[in-house]
Amino acid sequence: MFLKGGLAAAGSLAAATLPASAAELKDDKQQLATLIDIGKCVGCEACVDACSEINSHKFADPEKPFPKMYPARAKVSDWSDKQDVNDRLTPYNWLFIQHATVDVNGEETELTIPRRCMHCVNPPCVKLCPWGAAKQLKNGISRIDAEICLGGSKCNKVCPWGIPQRQTGVGLYLDILPSFAGNGVMYKCDRCYDRVAGGDLPACIEACPEDVQTIGPRDEIIKKAHNLANEINGYIYGEHENGGTNTIYVSPVPFEALNKSIEKGNGKPGLDPIHDTMADANNLAAAMVIAPLAGLAAAVGKFYTLTKEDK
Amino acid sequence: MKELTAGTQGITGNRVIRIIYTVNIFMLVLTGFGQMPIYKRYYMSDIPGFSWLANFLTTRYVHYLVAVLLLALVAYIGMDYLVLKRKDREITATGYVRIALLAGIVFTGILFVIKNFPPYIFSPNFIIFLNLSHLGFVMAFLLVSLFCVVVKKKWTTSR
Repeated sequence: MFLKGGLAAAGSLAAATLPASAAELKDDKQQLATLIDIGKCVGCEACVDACSEINSHKFADPEKPFPKMYPARAKVSDWSDKQDVNDRLTPYNWLFIQHATVDVNGEETELTIPRRCMHCVNPPCVKLCPWGAAKQLKNGISRIDAEICLGGSKCNKVCPWGIPQRQTGVGLYLDILPSFAGNGVMYKCDRCYDRVAGGDLPACIEACPEDVQTIGPRDEIIKKAHNLANEINGYIYGEHENGGTNTIYVSPVPFEALNKSIEKGNGKPGLDPIHDTMADANNLAAAMVIAPLAGLAAAVGKFYTLTKEDK
Repeated sequence: MKELTAGTQGITGNRVIRIIYTVNIFMLVLTGFGQMPIYKRYYMSDIPGFSWLANFLTTRYVHYLVAVLLLALVAYIGMDYLVLKRKDREITATGYVRIALLAGIVFTGILFVIKNFPPYIFSPNFIIFLNLSHLGFVMAFLLVSLFCVVVKKKWTTSR
């Protein structure tokens, strides 16, 4: 714990910054990112409690019994009786603390890592939602609109961290074909978009007694993250993962080591290096520009060939 | 110029082009519907050889690939008609309907491709409109195409 305190002190010197101003938070024309200084986190879970409390009005109140699902493969996902679970992501817990036991300067240390949605710069959950229920705001927040989400869970599948979590028995699907299409609503951290819109800090940032998180314009946060990493000889995660995210972690140990130590699984995201999942298909856009030209050239070529033969 | 119009019975008069077009549309529809979470739920991806349908990133990639082919094909057939066949053949009413619907699919598809680049490009409400209109154009195109196949309506007819 002494070492952890030391890390926290070093971190606080490096990232001694005031939180973003209300005006900065309300400015919806630039992407806001958060810097999470892992060295400062003591795992007190004040952020977890604040998140649940502030966002409780957004949580599902499902109708029971749930509609019978067809085919039987479609399983209900019910967390309504397990709302207190806070050691993983659930529809009722959008932020949790991950624990890693790692070697820091030769000493075995437990590091704690607040985990929630990364708020990708180009979020697959938003861009690939088949209905547009997942939305990206201009300030970089991605959130799921519970009013129109059908709970198909595609966002969970395309998210490299599997962040969104499903609650059955709630949402629009109940009014359509509840037994055959949809399965509830997907929930995840919306970085307190409503508070931010009013110039307030997200609950997790405001509640943290250790100032683990800093929020601000993405380019400034990236600079701060690099300064902090340089000062503590640390490592950065989130700057380039999945093409870049708006959640930048700085750790005193390599993320590879953290990733090996943390418990991973459903609702427990890893810290793997993630390539830009949206880029694979996006790279074909150039071929889409060339394709019509190739088609036109082929038709013109055919015309000239036939004209030549005609002569 | 007799040879210039030889074997040009219509937009899909060429057998090879017709096969490519049909396979192309089939793949676009297959991968397009694969953007909705239905294939795994309804066991489609359990069919041997179709497990890839359960992977949204794969179906998206294949959808883009076949869209590239569609764009080339549309440009080729369009230019081929304008340069070689317009003199002898005219587009039918159902042909115009299909062209308009196809244009709607292509246009909304292009907007989709733009949308998928980072970061915020279109508003959330416009993206909802885009999702519904792309699907709407596809459904209308499939229904009209089915009608045309049943009642043997061609894209073009002799002038």
